[in-house]
Amino acid sequence: MTSNRLSGPLDDVAGEAGHADHPPRVGFFTDTSICIGCKACEVACKEWNAVPEDGLDLLGMSFDNTGMLGANSWRHVAFIEQPRALGHQDPGFAGLPTGPTSGDGMADAVGPRLREAERGGSELGTSPLHTPNHTESLGMPAFSRPGEGTGAEGRTDFRWLMASDVCKHCTHAGCLDVCPTGALFRTEFGTVVVQQNICNGCGYCVSGCPYGVIDRRPEDGRAQKCTLCYDRLEGGLEPACAKACPTDSIQFGELDELRERADRRLAQLHDIGVTEARLYGRDPDDGVGGDGAFFLLLDEPEVYGLPPDPVVPTRDAPSMWRHAGAAAAAFALAGIGAFISTAIGGRR
Amino acid sequence: MGSNMAEAHPVGFQWVVEAKSRGARVIHIDPRFTRTSALADTFVPLRAGTDIAFLGGVINHVLTHDLDFREYVRAYTNAAFLVAEGFEDTEDLDGLFSGYDAETGTYGRDLWQYESAEQARTEREGGEGGGDSAMDQERTSPMGHGAAGAPLSGTTGDIAQDPTLQHPRCVFQILKRHFSRYTPEMVERICGTLPGQFREVCEAWTANSNRERTTALVYSVGWTQHSVGAQYIRAGSILQLLLGNIGRPGGGVFALRGHASIQGSTDIPTLFNLLPGYLPMPTAGSHEDLPTYLDDLRSPTQKGYWAGADAYLVSLLKEYFGDNATEGNGYGFDWLPRINGDHGTYRTVMDMVDGKVFGYFLLGQNPAVGSAHGKLQRLGMANLDWLVVRDLAMIESATFWKDSPEVETGEIVPEMCRTEVFFFPAASHVEKEGTFTQTQRMLQWREKAVEPVGDQRSELWFFYHLGRMIRERLAGSTDPRDEPVQKLDWSYAVQGGGAWPEPSAQDVLRRINGYRTDTGEPVGGYTELAADGSTACGCWIYSGVFADGVNQAARRVAHAEQGPYDAEWGWTWPSNRRVLYNRASADPEGRPWSERKKLVWWDAEQGEWTGDDVPDFPKKTPPGFVPPEDATGPDALRGDDAFIMQADGKAWLFAPHGMLDGPLPTHYEPHESPARNLLYGQQGNPTRKVYGRLDNPSNPSPPEAHREVFPFVLTAARLTEHHTAGGMSRQLPYLAELQPELFVEVSPELARIRGLSHLGYAHVVTSRAAVEARVVVTDRMAPLRIDGEVVHQVWLPYHWGGSGLVTGDVVNDLLGVVTDANVFIQESKVATCDVRPGHRPRGAALTAMLAETRARAGVTIETGTTIATAAGVPHLQHTEESS
Amino acid sequence: MGVQRWLESWPVYRQLTGSDPLGRGAAAESPSYTAMRPRTETADRVAGSVCPFCAVGCAQRVYVRDEKVIQIEGDPDSPISRGRLCPKGSASLQLVTGPQRQEKVRYRAPYATEWTDLDLDTAMEMVVDRMLDARERGWQESDEHGNRLARTMGMASLGGATLDNEENYLIKKLFTALGAIQIENQARI
Repeated sequence: MTSNRLSGPLDDVAGEAGHADHPPRVGFFTDTSICIGCKACEVACKEWNAVPEDGLDLLGMSFDNTGMLGANSWRHVAFIEQPRALGHQDPGFAGLPTGPTSGDGMADAVGPRLREAERGGSELGTSPLHTPNHTESLGMPAFSRPGEGTGAEGRTDFRWLMASDVCKHCTHAGCLDVCPTGALFRTEFGTVVVQQNICNGCGYCVSGCPYGVIDRRPEDGRAQKCTLCYDRLEGGLEPACAKACPTDSIQFGELDELRERADRRLAQLHDIGVTEARLYGRDPDDGVGGDGAFFLLLDEPEVYGLPPDPVVPTRDAPSMWRHAGAAAAAFALAGIGAFISTAIGGRR
Repeated sequence: MGSNMAEAHPVGFQWVVEAKSRGARVIHIDPRFTRTSALADTFVPLRAGTDIAFLGGVINHVLTHDLDFREYVRAYTNAAFLVAEGFEDTEDLDGLFSGYDAETGTYGRDLWQYESAEQARTEREGGEGGGDSAMDQERTSPMGHGAAGAPLSGTTGDIAQDPTLQHPRCVFQILKRHFSRYTPEMVERICGTLPGQFREVCEAWTANSNRERTTALVYSVGWTQHSVGAQYIRAGSILQLLLGNIGRPGGGVFALRGHASIQGSTDIPTLFNLLPGYLPMPTAGSHEDLPTYLDDLRSPTQKGYWAGADAYLVSLLKEYFGDNATEGNGYGFDWLPRINGDHGTYRTVMDMVDGKVFGYFLLGQNPAVGSAHGKLQRLGMANLDWLVVRDLAMIESATFWKDSPEVETGEIVPEMCRTEVFFFPAASHVEKEGTFTQTQRMLQWREKAVEPVGDQRSELWFFYHLGRMIRERLAGSTDPRDEPVQKLDWSYAVQGGGAWPEPSAQDVLRRINGYRTDTGEPVGGYTELAADGSTACGCWIYSGVFADGVNQAARRVAHAEQGPYDAEWGWTWPSNRRVLYNRASADPEGRPWSERKKLVWWDAEQGEWTGDDVPDFPKKTPPGFVPPEDATGPDALRGDDAFIMQADGKAWLFAPHGMLDGPLPTHYEPHESPARNLLYGQQGNPTRKVYGRLDNPSNPSPPEAHREVFPFVLTAARLTEHHTAGGMSRQLPYLAELQPELFVEVSPELARIRGLSHLGYAHVVTSRAAVEARVVVTDRMAPLRIDGEVVHQVWLPYHWGGSGLVTGDVVNDLLGVVTDANVFIQESKVATCDVRPGHRPRGAALTAMLAETRARAGVTIETGTTIATAAGVPHLQHTEESS
Repeated sequence: MGVQRWLESWPVYRQLTGSDPLGRGAAAESPSYTAMRPRTETADRVAGSVCPFCAVGCAQRVYVRDEKVIQIEGDPDSPISRGRLCPKGSASLQLVTGPQRQEKVRYRAPYATEWTDLDLDTAMEMVVDRMLDARERGWQESDEHGNRLARTMGMASLGGATLDNEENYLIKKLFTALGAIQIENQARI
């Protein structure tokens, strides 16, 4: 037995979990720089795993109407509209008769919806939301003459980021650590899976997850999350989301190989001037010992609704969402809602 | 341009992403910043409806700076050909070409001919010349001429030419003059695209187009759905030809189509003006019998493969009528009905409103939501005797009589609506077998996975049995009009027993491929077809799909287990060729332009064309071949006549035939535009079909007054998460939840002007309708400065209607019907509108508000119908009586 | 189940006796999870198909068990799609098996306010009656100049872009023989 079973790097998660002669650890590398936001991952996941529909609400968070990961959404594509440049991309707005960005105004409109939501935002996508101030103005000076641009304060930089989020299958999985029934287990592939036939719906795992991923389904109370398609792995198939992904933004494979691939991709992006690219969850020295599902991001993790340091849950979803809006006009952060509910243990 | 590939064709976009990772540069030119733009290197905004001005600017840049691929242009295009004296350009006529008739809004095209082609024509017609009446115009080319436009007599040698490209009447110089006023400044004023960005596009496009490199151009319905749509494609083609990007790997003009077999339904058309394989439907008056039809279709002395059109048509008739088609009866040609003008879907719907049509079939199509001017569609359906709807699920077009918006306004009252409606549940794609033809002309066979349940049936079953039953009913008739039905060869193989067996799709495909009528053996390709009745073939361009008696479309050799062009996956028409006109991938001497861009080439040792793709040229015709004077058909092709379907063997920069609205693309403002045409007095396409009727009002456009009532540019498109009219997506929980509600995207600037708040409600208003939607304020939308004035664009996805898990107003209700004269496709990518905060009025209040808005804008039946506005021609209104 | 086997399947026993002392891995796995296999392995057959949405033409594999479609996913062999599908293509299973699928002919009589049932055979006969009637009433033998038309304007059709080539072929052929020319599809739109 090694001394660092509960934190830090761990070379052989499956072996540590008692799987002799196990296959190599597998996971996802999600390269968000080539995500086209099509949501095939969300649908393919649901079709394979028979995950129910998750609410029919227009959330107003760019093209994101899923809102966050939850019992009924095991994949979630975030959309972020930002007034900043993507590498050397020319977004074509410089010199147009634009005014300032609408990021703050949109945050003002979406923020109340988040605050109103029972779970601090984690209700998004699961029940209808009331928006009290449909006709309220954005609080900016109105123009008297149609068509008059502001020129001087015109927005020029712009980028639209998309990223598919999923359970991280942590090296040190909080959900697994606290599960009292043995429903959650570490598979021979190094992934973390809830056994539906064992879960009694106690919900400890929900507060144990530093990412706010795992969630109980209201109908039966059982905990739900991505299984990395455990059944498919047993048959030598790749998970449904990775298989469907049109641009290969979601890549499935052996974790060691994915990490090498991610390092190469990062270097390539840095070479072509996308200096803001960084890896998230790649580092075995982080608070969860590295993720089985890790990401190449183009901004701070908070912007995507990911905790900057997954051992430290964030407390205030609306203010955080607005923080991201103000700092970077981020526009897709309902996932943050999960963190607050985790912190206050208030899941239904 | 005109395509949102990442959203509308996500899986196809993997190849763009892959090319980008290998260093390709991606430029997206579009009215709005989409998911495609998000992945592009450069996004270039422009005003919807101004793409020809933009492309004209690039063409002008190429020609002014001598950046064309001169060897390619000289060898493979008609740049050197002289146009006859008398041709006048838009430069001379304030935006019109010579031959315009303001009375009919059509062109006589005698003055657009090549120098000697005109002489040849005059001789052939006994010097009558210029006698085309307006109706003839509508009856003939291109509708009347199928795939290759009208015939040109003689071979290339007969056409006067100047290989130095200096003659003032050569196509190259005409092109240069025509586009000379499309300057970067003009592009900025018309499109709103800033000069720096425009220059960047010009430089990137030209720098990447040469022997070593090629540039691909992608378009979709963002180009076709305009009143100048066909000329958008022409403009893109001209540019790609000038830069040597046609027929070469990595080049091309890609039309990304939006339905599983919309390519197939054009090749094997359910279209009024075509027979299978782009053979024209016969036209009343001009096509009295088979010989006159064939003479009009192709000249017996013309070069190239279209010269074989007689064999293609006769073989089709042999498939249609079997043994009943004989040389003596013109192979049953007289049994074909005749067309004479516009019988397109919009004309037909207006005829329904006018009570001229009694029955209507909707086959996997939902016009109540998916066609322009939804209200007109629904009112048309409400005025039928009967309607048959075949679909997977209950759609708006089947239930219009009880829940359409007109029921709310009182314009349709269920108890007073007499339309009898039959809904037949359809079999899905896994419950029947058959082929789809995808967007790159590839036929792929689907196996049947399971049997449909209940009353679900395939269209094949439905029409086979309708045909069988009708033939039984009419078997004893002596009425000559029933003869075509009686003579029809309906002997398709069936599977299973009983009274209602399933016909064999494989047998239908075998007969589409064609066979020898004596032995029944399948033919190997269209070159084996004959005009003497010895072969039958349902669609000549598909001939070869059942070569050797094997269903070639069913081949599924894995990508990893075959060559770079995947020749053994499916089957691509024609002849399983993946790149059309690939002779042009080699230089005139038959050598690849470069090692890097080689595709097919001349193998001197073997004495034949070879390469990675199936060569698109007579296999044994050497590069330097000069045909004898009297040669015709494929034998008349010179060794450098790479465009083998063209009557002159060359790609047409200038189109002497085939286009109704001009031999060259010209920027015309959309039918509804916020701007005056800055290039010419002629505002819009002078040949567009306006259908001036009370039930089809237009918003006023310059030079008409009151455009300020509808100050914004309206455009609509798809979302990844839904499919067209929503019948296959709004009904599915997993798709409905991803985009659950209709929204309208506006820029922060427009939101301020109109007092719109993010996620609040707004309604978009035109002279036809008001559509309510949630507001999405986004930086992705940006205003443009058009000739000094700020113009806002508004965008909506158009997927919603009244049925399904998620419902909403029908965006297509906002549009009127105005179409391109070449193809009768509606202008649905651009109109004008207003946007107002809050919910739209309901019921009678809605009709009153619309009437008030129309009154304020001065909209009458005449609005928008003055299609000629150029100096020197009468400015007449084109209205039609409305019942 | 024997006692020993039952005992071995008890997580606590496995945890105490096995190499998973924290009880979070092998020891915790229940038999149904140990035996888990992808449902595609239970298919009686797999049909090669093509996605019915847009025109890219992504290849699909349709898995069938007990004459029911149990899964549809991309075919990795395809040179077009390499096994990938967009959200719509990924929803094909729901498209084909969802409750929105109509199974029965529905009939709305003139002036009726609701649908009624109609037997398929009867419906076919009724459609034939109406086609022949509309054809007759809309018949045009010749135009005003005496040119032969030999056609009917009494009925029209719209649709085909979602249908098979073979189906479009029969549609066009039958309508043409009947003299019906207003036969159109999405390609005009």
